[in-house]
Amino acid sequence: MASPYNDLVLEHFKNPRNTGRIEDPDGKATEGSPACGDMVSLYLKVDPETKVIDDIKFESYGCASNIATGSIITELAKGKTIDEAKNITWQEASEALGGLPKIKAHCSVLAVEVLRSAIQNYEEKHGLVTEKVVTTEEIVRKRLKKVMNPIKGLDMVATHLVKEIDITGGVVRIIIDLPATHQFANAIKEDAVEKIESLWDIDRVIVEFTD
Amino acid sequence: MEKVYYLDNAAATRLDEQVLEVMTPLYFDRYSVATSEFGYSLGVEAKEALDDARTRLARALGANSQEFIFTSGSAESSNLALKGVAKALGAKKGKHLIVSKIEDFPVLYSARTLEKEGFTVDYLDVDGDGLVDLEKLQTLISPETILVSIQHGNQEIGTLQDIAAIGKICHDQGVLFHTDATHTFMRVPLDVTAVAVDLITVSAHTLHGPKGIGGLYVKKGTALAKIMDGGFQEFDLRGGMDNIPGAVGFAKAAELVTADENIRLAAMRDKIITMVSDQIPDVILNGHPRQRTPQNANITFHYVEGESITLHLDMYGIAVSTGSACFSRSLEASHVIAAIGGDHERAHGSIRMTVGRFNTMEEVIFVVETLKKVVENLRKISPLGKE
Repeated sequence: MASPYNDLVLEHFKNPRNTGRIEDPDGKATEGSPACGDMVSLYLKVDPETKVIDDIKFESYGCASNIATGSIITELAKGKTIDEAKNITWQEASEALGGLPKIKAHCSVLAVEVLRSAIQNYEEKHGLVTEKVVTTEEIVRKRLKKVMNPIKGLDMVATHLVKEIDITGGVVRIIIDLPATHQFANAIKEDAVEKIESLWDIDRVIVEFTD
Repeated sequence: MEKVYYLDNAAATRLDEQVLEVMTPLYFDRYSVATSEFGYSLGVEAKEALDDARTRLARALGANSQEFIFTSGSAESSNLALKGVAKALGAKKGKHLIVSKIEDFPVLYSARTLEKEGFTVDYLDVDGDGLVDLEKLQTLISPETILVSIQHGNQEIGTLQDIAAIGKICHDQGVLFHTDATHTFMRVPLDVTAVAVDLITVSAHTLHGPKGIGGLYVKKGTALAKIMDGGFQEFDLRGGMDNIPGAVGFAKAAELVTADENIRLAAMRDKIITMVSDQIPDVILNGHPRQRTPQNANITFHYVEGESITLHLDMYGIAVSTGSACFSRSLEASHVIAAIGGDHERAHGSIRMTVGRFNTMEEVIFVVETLKKVVENLRKISPLGKE
């Protein structure tokens, strides 16, 4: 059968590792949302002395690559210190699975993101985090780097889709260099809004297209 | 090959051997083009075969043989209906069209193309069951309106429109009416002597006929300009090589559909719907509960995503489709589920199962039992629906 997924991805999809919840976790996070059809929750147990991730579990609402990347990220992170785990990249997650179809690369980004968020959650709860910073264009740009451009299989910043960013009084306005009628326009827009609106000092995100 | 449980008959169907049987001689013995009556014998025979197929298909719709033209399939038929009417009437009468929001892509994208060419299009809303708003339709029609295109049965959720009522509204106001009957032809009664309709899209690929052949009913006197230049085939409405084996196969395929078969399909459809509703919690039936095509069941399973379901089912040899964005080439969730008021989650977890002639009740039961297992397992690892 000619599947877009390789055997390793299919194996993790069929038999995902470390699924479920951890009762009373030291850190936890959820990324994505049912609206984008892509959601992962992650739970951590961290050794207070060594900062090693002793136990990790995930839950997935999503497609095969979402499940497979959730599975691999738990395998990669288990036994690492939180600082080591923070540095796992989406490329590493994707490579550990022997590669993903380009259009599904965003799943590995989501998996890495949820791991980092869960670690951040752990750090916040244990007084290891700096205070809130005011959102700048740079921060927005950094977040947009997590939005995939499915045309290229790379993020929307690297592929020059972000034409303009404006932040005024809690409103972020992003101009995307694509016609509004493009087949991926909506998918990219939703993803971009999702990433930005969670910033603590942002009330509204407006995405516009060039036509 | 391993046993396949094919429940994607709305997408394509397995060819019936009896169809192939009537097509084969037209590839090996009577393979010539259709010539005029003054041509060589082989060509005259080919012409007779083509005309005979045309007459039989036209009759199935209650039409005359001069009112049925062959095309390469439903996409071409709908393109010709919309663009052909626009070309014929755009300058003379007006530049306004109305289509429903849940049309299949050939109608939807033909409408969008026409918009780029200066036409205006209204996209008519549907209710939660997928039925178009007839009062709204009435108010949208203006003297500028040249065509209303509303499908007979929906490709994804199976909802049947009241095309008799729609046709009447159109004709009362002197507007042409096109309906895409790709998913209803021979499955749901449609007779042009009883329904006011000017153009009907039909196709063989949904009826265990060959792929690459379809038809367009064009009521006598309808203003339609050709969009495919070539010879003078198809009453000079569609240039191009006659697909005679296809046409003959199409006519045969249509004739093989019986009322009993449609009852049998509806029974399998109902089995899927009742078994799923009884045995799997947190599901929604998409589409109208009663007014639906006999072959279509479309159900959303909450808390799980469709591509994961289809991929698991595939490992059991089961073929179904989903409205999930993850499954699509564009990462766009189903426009049909969105139009019936469903959120993205409803589209993501939707599974379409469409039955055909070669399915059995045992197969359908196996599919639902497997589906139950797969959904249970995926829900176990889902963060949703737990507290």
